[in-house]
Amino acid sequence: MATKLNLKELSKREDRLAPGHRLCAGCGAGIVVRQILAAIDEPVVLSNATGCLEVSTTIFPYTSWRVPWIHNAFENAASTMSGVETAYRALVKRGKIPEQNVKFIAFGGDGGTYDIGIQALSGALERGHKMMYVCYNNEAYMNTGIQRSSATPLGANTTTSPAGKVIPGKMQPRKDLTAICAAHNIPYVAQASPHNWRDLMEKARKGVAADGPAFLNVLSSCNRGWRHDTSTTVEVMKLATETCVWPLYEVENGVWRLTYKPKVKKPVTEWLEAQGRFRHLFRPENQYMIERIQADVDEKWERLLKLCGEA
Amino acid sequence: MSEFKALDGTGAVAEAMRQINPDVVAAYPITPQTAIVQTFSEFVADGLVDTEFITVESEHSAMSACVGASAAGARVMTATSSAGLAFMWEILYVAASNRLPIVMTNVNRALSAPINIHCDHSDSMGARDAGWIHLFCENAQEAYDTVIQAVRIAEHPDVLLPVMVLFDGFITSHAEERVEIFDDAKVKAFVGEYKPKHSLLDLDHPVTYGPLDFTDYYFEHKRQQVEAMRHAQKVILDVADEFAKTFGRKYGLFETYRLDDAEVAIVVSSSTAGTARAAVDKLRAQGAKVGLLKPRVFRPFPAQEMVAALQHLKAVGVMDRAISFGSMSNAGPLFLELAAAMKIYDAGVPMADFVFGLGGRDIVPSQIEGVFRSLLQIAETGRVSELVSYVGVRE
Ligand SMILES: Cc1ncc(C[n+]2csc(CCOP(=O)(O)OP(=O)(O)O)c2C)c(N)n1
Ligand SMILES: [Mg+2]
Repeated sequence: MATKLNLKELSKREDRLAPGHRLCAGCGAGIVVRQILAAIDEPVVLSNATGCLEVSTTIFPYTSWRVPWIHNAFENAASTMSGVETAYRALVKRGKIPEQNVKFIAFGGDGGTYDIGIQALSGALERGHKMMYVCYNNEAYMNTGIQRSSATPLGANTTTSPAGKVIPGKMQPRKDLTAICAAHNIPYVAQASPHNWRDLMEKARKGVAADGPAFLNVLSSCNRGWRHDTSTTVEVMKLATETCVWPLYEVENGVWRLTYKPKVKKPVTEWLEAQGRFRHLFRPENQYMIERIQADVDEKWERLLKLCGEA
Repeated sequence: MSEFKALDGTGAVAEAMRQINPDVVAAYPITPQTAIVQTFSEFVADGLVDTEFITVESEHSAMSACVGASAAGARVMTATSSAGLAFMWEILYVAASNRLPIVMTNVNRALSAPINIHCDHSDSMGARDAGWIHLFCENAQEAYDTVIQAVRIAEHPDVLLPVMVLFDGFITSHAEERVEIFDDAKVKAFVGEYKPKHSLLDLDHPVTYGPLDFTDYYFEHKRQQVEAMRHAQKVILDVADEFAKTFGRKYGLFETYRLDDAEVAIVVSSSTAGTARAAVDKLRAQGAKVGLLKPRVFRPFPAQEMVAALQHLKAVGVMDRAISFGSMSNAGPLFLELAAAMKIYDAGVPMADFVFGLGGRDIVPSQIEGVFRSLLQIAETGRVSELVSYVGVRE
């Protein structure tokens, strides 16, 4: 029987990511990882792409990981985990190690997943390794100083898409990686956010229980890059969901389903206002950008509702 | 009982891999290596091995998966060539630095551009500082023998470094030869079982592989890799001894041919050494005192041993199948390294570099005889008029 998703029970468990790591105050990544690992009852082996999570948890001679963990490089958390998972099957088959229902989980940032790692990810999903890939998505290359990625939202000010005198931040909407992963026809794909911890934990459980690869795209605020107070991390992510900028849904064996539907769809400005990275958009000459963002969110939300049979 | 089979280099390596039956293979096709993964796929499909074969989507992922599988305690092998090796480059360092005993056959092929599928040594020479052991093979038999030895070398507790087995694209990879294939059981016994010290799958002893080093530890970790490389030389020789006792063929750090009483010699690795041997015999029959040294172990570079074997000569010519662009006189990597060693250990022998065979350009006995004649002239005059020359190029 799986442990009940009850906060009191779960809080008694020893964290698999130990305290004392060097992630920033208010960082979403640590919350995402701890929620996911707390949801999973089985033993886990992890791989981690280069990025904030990796550098802040394994400063030699220390490690924050109480479970087996490997970092290889930036773009290959998925292929590295392919090797680990395959080794497990090979060694179990040959009787060299016991079968222990190990769950294999790869963590990568949005840069390591949407951009430089998309080939390795796609390959691993297509090959059907029994592993769950988690993108902790802080919507930019944070480790190297807030550069835009293909997950960076339209209009965001980053250090390589700066809000300048003629160009108001990033001019492209984000790539829809969740749908790209769903198009691999793997058993489980989901989008989540840690402000809705129960939803995220249930998805993590479904992901590792799937008979094949699973992909979770999890929103993960970076207050350094998004420019909000360290204490408002959870609220800001909640706003992303309430404005339908970051819908929570899953694609289970090809069936799309919204796992949360806001009672009232808030205007996108509420989410934009909460973050300094969008401040420039509120200048009169950039009004058109806000309209573009709202139109983009509306269009994608409608499409998602259709896919989920809600429209 | 051994069996003699007609096999090309790729077939010989595939046979060795069949007998080793590694836990995991992750590989990607590229000419002229492709036949290795194809043949091995057939072994998997026919149940001749029970290896888990990961058909990755690129060489970058091949090496990345090898790193993951090896860190998980599996015995891991792969194979590549040229652009594939170049694509792995980043992860070659990761494999060596994490001390993962991966065995990889690299069938030497030129690098682009222009794209060229034929032999030269630019690919593995470009990776010479990545921390791998490099073993050059002259023919299919040596490739087979060396893959078997490589497993033992890589996994030796004093070494724990990845090994590259190298031989010439097409010339060796695709030419059929008579190859002695040992008894399956004997090979199995020789390679033994891999017992990893630190495995990701040892759930009771969780390990962190690939952490972040700041300025306070990185240097020490690199220093430890140097120690492993230093140990490798002895282990390579020990494994070769045991191999000779078990299977009868002897291997060393390099091979010499009619060198002891020679006055001039060529240093050349891989298939060209065979051609050079014929040239030596022909010139010897004419009374010229010529000899040959064929490097086998390029990493770790056996500097002192090579100098000891060459210092009695009056001229040494290195034949390089690669160029280190922008280096001293744009020489080849083998020359640069050997010339440094000869100077450091006071050999006092005049040397010249002969770059040849780039992009698979043929090298024929008469050209090697020409190199010997140049060396005999250097020996006579004591003067090197051209430090680097190009054999068989249209100027
Ligand atoms: C091949 C390669 N290119 C670039 C880098 C530099 N680099 C390291 S982390 C990083 C950004 C990571 O961004 P992301 O994956 O979004 O993770 P985050 O740091 O935001 O958590 C970059 C560009 C690298 N390590 N390797
Ligand atoms: Mg990021």
